[in-house]
Amino acid sequence: MTMSAENLAATFASCPVPQARFDRILLGHGSGGQLTADLVRRLFLPAFDSDVLSALEDQATLRLQGSAGGPRIAFTTDSFVVKPIFFPGGDIGKLAVHGTVNDLAVGGARPMFLSAAFILEEGLPLTDLQRIAASMRQACADDGVALVTADTKVVDRGKGDQLFITTAGIGLVPDGVALSISAARPGDRILLSGTIGDHGIAIMSVREGIDFETVLESDCASLANLTRVMLEVCSSIRCMRDPTRGGVASALNELALASKVGVKLDEAAIPVRLEVRGACELLGIDPLHVANEGKLIAVVPPAEADRLLQAMRSHPLGCNASVIGEVVADHAGMVVMRSVVGGERVVTMPAGEQLPRIC
Amino acid sequence: MKFLDEYRDAESARKLGSAIARVTTRRWTIMEVCGGQTHAIVKYGIDRLLPDNLELVHGPGCPVCVTSLEMLDRAHAIASQPQVIFCSFGDMLRVPGSRGDLLQLKSQGSDVRVVYSPLDAVNLAAANPGQRVVFFAIGFETTAPANAMAVWLAKRRGLSNFSVLVSHVLVPPAMTAILQATGNRVQAFLGPGHVCTVMGYTEYEPIVRDFHVPIVITGFEPLDMLEGVLRAVKQLEDGRAELENPYSRVVRREGNPHARRLVDEVFQVCDRKWRGIGLIPRSGYKIRASYGAFDAEQIFAVDALEAQESSLCISGAILQGQKKPHECPAFGRQCTPQTPLGATMVSAEGACAAYHAHGRHLYDDRTAECTVPQA
Repeated sequence: MTMSAENLAATFASCPVPQARFDRILLGHGSGGQLTADLVRRLFLPAFDSDVLSALEDQATLRLQGSAGGPRIAFTTDSFVVKPIFFPGGDIGKLAVHGTVNDLAVGGARPMFLSAAFILEEGLPLTDLQRIAASMRQACADDGVALVTADTKVVDRGKGDQLFITTAGIGLVPDGVALSISAARPGDRILLSGTIGDHGIAIMSVREGIDFETVLESDCASLANLTRVMLEVCSSIRCMRDPTRGGVASALNELALASKVGVKLDEAAIPVRLEVRGACELLGIDPLHVANEGKLIAVVPPAEADRLLQAMRSHPLGCNASVIGEVVADHAGMVVMRSVVGGERVVTMPAGEQLPRIC
Repeated sequence: MKFLDEYRDAESARKLGSAIARVTTRRWTIMEVCGGQTHAIVKYGIDRLLPDNLELVHGPGCPVCVTSLEMLDRAHAIASQPQVIFCSFGDMLRVPGSRGDLLQLKSQGSDVRVVYSPLDAVNLAAANPGQRVVFFAIGFETTAPANAMAVWLAKRRGLSNFSVLVSHVLVPPAMTAILQATGNRVQAFLGPGHVCTVMGYTEYEPIVRDFHVPIVITGFEPLDMLEGVLRAVKQLEDGRAELENPYSRVVRREGNPHARRLVDEVFQVCDRKWRGIGLIPRSGYKIRASYGAFDAEQIFAVDALEAQESSLCISGAILQGQKKPHECPAFGRQCTPQTPLGATMVSAEGACAAYHAHGRHLYDDRTAECTVPQA
């Protein structure tokens, strides 16, 4: 059961994912898992041919021509199609603001400005739109960002589903902060800010009518304050990711591939709410594959791990933070988890669609 | 979590692992019958807690995997018709038939939906009187009561727009077929815990006797599995062949009489073709004539279909425990969960999918070699 690094390197270098057999878009292409990764790698990256895009970070970090030093610009965009548009713990507007802010924050940026484009379906009640606009205003205030430009389009009844929102965000990355998904090194510790799967299971519980006896709320939240505190305490953080669609499994697989390292997880150390565990057991879903909207993963050198963990735990959004694993030189490109009974398994990206339109 | 964490305790697992190692003196091959057990083995790495001379081989107990290609093509043909809402458990939608899978059909405009219970499909029929709602009733004895209940309820509610496409399969005839097959390697079974919850285990007593093979009715948690293996090995080492039921917290000898009565009311035993294995006499359920108005096969009268399996796929040998997934040359190469050649690569309970999902194709030296394209 041991594996040689050469073998694995050869595997990844010369064995691409098999050719996709699909000639149309399936819902699974939006899952944040393997199909999404294939679509990006096969269709979009060749089409746009950009080194910045090809780095596959959550945000692009750019320096304007002629500016040698000082802060760099972080830029990101995201679309929101969640169904239903109101759910326990949030709504599509709050999700859109926090989601874009979080993509900037995990890149070490201070979020500044947002845009929002609304695609509205004919017949959408104005009161719903008002509630969502108010929720976005509140989220922007909480995040300290300004929504400075917007657009509105309306489509025929039946040609959209109530409301879709596309946001873009701009932030500033201070000098000296350089986080990257390709920066993880063997020995680094992997920290997780709290319980996983809350958002996905909350959406599923309202949509599929599964009753968990208690109302489970989405963890939809802004990570901007938490990341600021973390970067103040620890300047040597290598990388941060917010594990949204595709869950912690996708985020760590992307990290392992980009950094050409292995990731070793300890199942017993990963916090999962009882309701989420129960739902996952019932539905046969791996909590590592379920979406989060207010959690982050941080990779940090071992000497800094304790200090960073204490800082995270002293923050309201990180009170359940824990060290869930470490970066290793073995099995590069792979995430291996020690199970609660002591066996081992490889953690892969979700293969297909678990729940369409989760965010 | 109560009633789960107790069965996932690391210290108890270690002790059971040591006990198994102590009693094992020879090479033994044990088959776990259920797909759910296969999944647990790979998910928790249970086989890695066992001594090297003990081999677990994976059985035919994944209902999605053994549903015949002809039945899939029939589902495809029905789901393509106008005014049809075709409902199924999620796994079934990705299984490739000879004309593609049901998800692709959905992307082309057919109304294909995932339901979590057949009763949801009954409600859908009541809410959409202008549509014809068809539920794909697959599974072993475990899902038969709920599927029978859906039909029974539809009749009681007078729903004329609801029907089920039945592809039910039964465990005991499949175990007998495996034991009779040339090349059989199975020396003991971990019996199907949830099938026996419904049906009881009297049907397995003749198999134990006729083939002198130990059967241990086994649950699905790590400690259940290890306990099942320990008891099976003890029997093999002692030369005994008995039926044991350590899963007594849910399984009774007579099963669940209410569920069995309902199944008997709606279904009758029939011959059934299994994907990868072939026709097994008296190994399935079909709808009784008294419920014929709810039988999608009769209502839609899809012509007899001839279907060809991929020549690369060895799922038949895998379902009978004669081969392991990573021994297939197509495993992880032409055949992945995104591009499955056979159904064992699709369902979470399929042995190939379980191996792939938990990275066995990357993990073992020999399989790592297998994923590198030949020069």
